[in-house]
Amino acid sequence: MTSKRALLAAGLSAALLATLVGCGKKEEPKKEAAAPAAAPAPAKPEPLKIAFAYVGPVGDGGWTFAHDNGRKAIEKEFGDKVVTSFVEKVPESADAERVIRDMASQGNKLIFGTTFGYMEPMLKVAADNKGVKFEHATGYKTAENMRTYDSRTYEGAYMAGVIAGKMTKTNTLGVVGSIPIPEVIRNINSFTMGAQTVNPKIKTKVVWVGEWFNPPKETEAATALINGGADVLMQNTDSSAVLQTAEKMGKRAFGWDSDMTAYGPKAHLGSAVINWGPYYVKATREALEGKWATGSAWWGVKEGAIEMVNVAADVPADTKAKIDEIKAGLKSGSFHPWTGPIVGQDGKEVLAKGVVADDKFLGGVKFYVKGVEGKVPGDK
Amino acid sequence: MNEFALLLAATLNAGTVLAIAALGLLINEKAGIVNLGAEGIMLCAAIAGFAAVVHTGNDWVGFLAGAGAGALLASIFGVLVIWLNTNQYATGLALSLFGVGFSAFAGVKYVQEKLPERPNFAIPLLSDIPLVGTAIFKQHPIVYFTVLLAVGIVWFLYRTRSGLVLRSVGESPESAHALGYPVRRIRLLAVVVGGALCGVAGAYLSIIYTPLWVEGMVAGKGWIALALTTFATWRPARVLLGAYLFGGVTMLQFALQSRGVEISEQLLSMLPYVATIVVLALISRNPAWIRVNMPASLGRPFYPNA
Repeated sequence: MTSKRALLAAGLSAALLATLVGCGKKEEPKKEAAAPAAAPAPAKPEPLKIAFAYVGPVGDGGWTFAHDNGRKAIEKEFGDKVVTSFVEKVPESADAERVIRDMASQGNKLIFGTTFGYMEPMLKVAADNKGVKFEHATGYKTAENMRTYDSRTYEGAYMAGVIAGKMTKTNTLGVVGSIPIPEVIRNINSFTMGAQTVNPKIKTKVVWVGEWFNPPKETEAATALINGGADVLMQNTDSSAVLQTAEKMGKRAFGWDSDMTAYGPKAHLGSAVINWGPYYVKATREALEGKWATGSAWWGVKEGAIEMVNVAADVPADTKAKIDEIKAGLKSGSFHPWTGPIVGQDGKEVLAKGVVADDKFLGGVKFYVKGVEGKVPGDK
Repeated sequence: MNEFALLLAATLNAGTVLAIAALGLLINEKAGIVNLGAEGIMLCAAIAGFAAVVHTGNDWVGFLAGAGAGALLASIFGVLVIWLNTNQYATGLALSLFGVGFSAFAGVKYVQEKLPERPNFAIPLLSDIPLVGTAIFKQHPIVYFTVLLAVGIVWFLYRTRSGLVLRSVGESPESAHALGYPVRRIRLLAVVVGGALCGVAGAYLSIIYTPLWVEGMVAGKGWIALALTTFATWRPARVLLGAYLFGGVTMLQFALQSRGVEISEQLLSMLPYVATIVVLALISRNPAWIRVNMPASLGRPFYPNA
């Protein structure tokens, strides 16, 4: 009995240790471009040091990969006027504060935090480092030297929905959701609303995996959706597992965050990508020119931050034309996917005819629209 | 009805990774060695197998590479804990951490890679039977191999002399040593075979189950397999049952979600763990039975000259 208890204790402490050590690893900042240590001409101003904290590995092929492309866009635009560096896999915990504080103390003057969970840590570090500008993705708290930025991923989801509505044969779409926050729920709704514009019979099934990144679980969720009759899938998770499951099971799916064509060429219907480059270049320019001011940015197709790329060849021409039309409308501002009438699951109108949802409304979407099956988790 | 058949098919598929890994760990533990490095071994095998398939286009080469990587890591672990008598738990943990980091490092170039297209497997004739064919006879050969493996391990452990020797090494290495059996070599062999099986499980994950490589993709399945051997009181048939139960409830909770069943998502994601623990704890509730099946020297070092 004693030995068994000892075994259990050892196992538990082992698991704990693994978690702790697992979190702490891989955090030495990687210097990407070789730092031009000895500047040749003394007259030349010091390069602006910019640091990025990523939540995932650069190699996730999705969310973090897209941010890193944005970082590369800065390097390309400004050359030796900037030095960029990044730390990947920074957990959304107390570790984040340590890493970000370290970035500030190393002389970085512009720091990007690319996940919601860095909000409080960044606020704390920002309060102690007034000379450093902080940029926080997907958050809602700002300070005089910290501002927020986000992308309108729902525009991509809406365009994906239009394609999905056209391509489904079973009139059943499936979405693998990560965590039921307004952003993800809004994307599920936008996907459904897009599909309904071409196919009013659409039903959307949703399965939540409770994580951003867990390929086996994403695979299992996608399998369950396909078994339940869905033949076009979308995911709001970070890996390409859903697309690959669709490929294996002979169904269709989309790429998300980054272009995922290569992961499932037969299944791939298009990728709703986020292009962080334009915002990162703008922020860097403002910091270089001393015009940086706090605020909140929410960029979409209009600013070049959201795009639907590599639409499959077998998508009918009229659907492709419709996508182009939506893009044009989003660019000019003449079209907004969230224009009433929008009806909730219970049949009640949530947005009256002709009313365009403002950003505050969009930020608080916690309900499913008509056509989505099931209930929002935690909803009473 | 057809949906039920599909659920069963997905269950067999989902349980396979856990079953192979847990059966491998069971062999280790029957010889008295606890290998907490399973997660790391599976990750290294997953990238080894994936890379092999990328370069050769042959799944079986991939499985071989996965098994080889698993056996190699396990043999390092084996030499450390069996000959140098390092602490099994600490060494296993170190191996696990090493495996997580090393697989990420080795796999950097393979993150964007895609495997060549392979046909889906189906047993001729049998797979045409309605429902049953869909449920059982359209699986990858490894799925059937897993069942055979469990049967083979039962036969080996309880019906052969070598199996008896293996178990005696796990029960009382001193007695086995006194009888003239090479305890350390037998333990090493068990560790290597166990590692190779964990390797096959890892390769199945990256080649067949989720055909891609991303770091950390094993996502805790190694730890679940470790827990499974204990909850199944080191009986191969129960390990198999537990693995399929876990896979089945995982698939069931997703199926329920997709049908819009109104149960909280957090509760549903707990379900596979709870169901597996409850069922295995119920069938293993007899303490005498646990004493009989738990290798008496599990986790304890062996000093032949002491």
